[in-house]
Amino acid sequence: MRNVTIIGAGPAGLAAAIAARDAGAHVLLLERAKELGGILNQCIHNGFGLYRFREELTGPEYAGRFIDGLHDIDIRTDTMVLEISSGSVTAVNPKDGLFTVTSDAVILAMGCRERTCGAIGVPGDRPAGVFTAGAAQRYMNIEGLRIGKRAVILGSGDIGLIMARRMTLEGAEVAACVELMPYSSGLNRNIVQCLHDFDIPLYLSHTVTRIIGRSRLEAVEVAEVGPDRKPVPGTEFRIDCDTLLLSVGLIPENELTRAAGIAIDPHTNGPVVYDDMETTQKGVYACGNVVQVHDLVDFVSDEGERAGRAAASGQPEGAYTEVQPGSGVGYVVPQRIRHEGAEDTVTLFFRVRKPCRKGSLVVYDGEREVLRKKRLYMTPGEMEKLPISRELASTAETLTVTMEEDT
Amino acid sequence: MKQELICIVCPSGCRITVEDGQVTDNGCKRGEVYALKEVTNPTRVLTTTVRLTGAEPVRLPVKTERDIPKGLLFSAMRQLDAVTVAAPVRRGDVVLRDVCGTGVSVIACRDVG
Ligand code: SF4
Repeated sequence: MRNVTIIGAGPAGLAAAIAARDAGAHVLLLERAKELGGILNQCIHNGFGLYRFREELTGPEYAGRFIDGLHDIDIRTDTMVLEISSGSVTAVNPKDGLFTVTSDAVILAMGCRERTCGAIGVPGDRPAGVFTAGAAQRYMNIEGLRIGKRAVILGSGDIGLIMARRMTLEGAEVAACVELMPYSSGLNRNIVQCLHDFDIPLYLSHTVTRIIGRSRLEAVEVAEVGPDRKPVPGTEFRIDCDTLLLSVGLIPENELTRAAGIAIDPHTNGPVVYDDMETTQKGVYACGNVVQVHDLVDFVSDEGERAGRAAASGQPEGAYTEVQPGSGVGYVVPQRIRHEGAEDTVTLFFRVRKPCRKGSLVVYDGEREVLRKKRLYMTPGEMEKLPISRELASTAETLTVTMEEDT
Repeated sequence: MKQELICIVCPSGCRITVEDGQVTDNGCKRGEVYALKEVTNPTRVLTTTVRLTGAEPVRLPVKTERDIPKGLLFSAMRQLDAVTVAAPVRRGDVVLRDVCGTGVSVIACRDVG
């Protein structure tokens, strides 16, 4: 029986644990928090599981469906992993102290974290009242704290939009949502049900240029940006607020991965993976937001299951074809397709760089076009999926995925 | 009266116009159904939290079992403000019956204790 150690019990780790156990492995699941479920616990809104369960579940309900299935799995919560190196995982928790476990396979499922104010470099003061949207969500939904009376949201990603509605329902006023790009990266459904429902204005092609306040935030200065995404002088205006929420992107959390010497893809900031989710280090797999930031949890669970099954069986090494992003495409996962594998079809996941109403996804082997699919309404906010046959992939030198806009 | 709305039924996100019961600019029939419901009787599922005693998390996530009229969201929030639930709780347990006279129950979204 193979031993599989999984780091992280969010949606990716939970799905991986169940799949690995079902495939006959002995599973150890390690989680940093006191509870299982990861970020789903604080995502109390609904809309999860539409693909997987054909139901609109809330985050805690979605997590609950997986937690119910965790029998015959060794679970340790409140456990912080310090290091992974060649099959060994070193971790610490209050009960066992410092311990090292050696297993046949390790699955990385640490998820991602939010980009902060420092990371995006807004000038001005640093008073209280500036939160990442996810931190604010945790304070409100888990700890029951009120975070402010009048808020501005920078970034129109889904978490920011969801928090706009949440704060409004809890009696706060949301003065504006400010988005740097000329389009929102959030789902239409959230634009409608979180902003329009409550008449919250969305300023596209705008950004926060200054944070004003001594001890507590008093106002933000907002300005229009030009096509170069730089503020246009003279367009500044002030919005009084005591709270600024940042919803400006997520970064895969890969400190452990880097320290282990696993190759990182500069496009995703996550590990380079094969189609079975194995990283460049034999026996180490990765899944979920640690690999690529997803917008739907259903696909995180799918990835977790793929990693869990592969980790439980163990793949022989062999030849593979590299996959890379070309024009109009930001990244592609997996970055490598094995020539031999359990499934005949491999799905490529990626994001286009800008919205496109009508166009095609085109895959090249060097200069030669090998696959073309028409697509409507592509946007960077929604992950694209393109199935490709393993046979086609294995006869190619290198695959390049591109997006062509119809003119 | 002329109303404009974004259809959320599929990713196309058509910008639909409704004027005196006439729907235009909808890409397909499903958009017409959605738009008419939105202008006559818009409904939403409400998700929020209520006070929880006797367990670690101090808030319990809850939701309305079905969608309720959009205009009742704030009254439902006020009604739920008065609700306190004692652990243990199971997912699906009813925490409030007939919220705002809609006949819809509010249920717990997770197990605690
Ligand atoms: S009207 Fe039809 S095509 Fe347009 S967004 Fe709605 S469902 Fe999609």
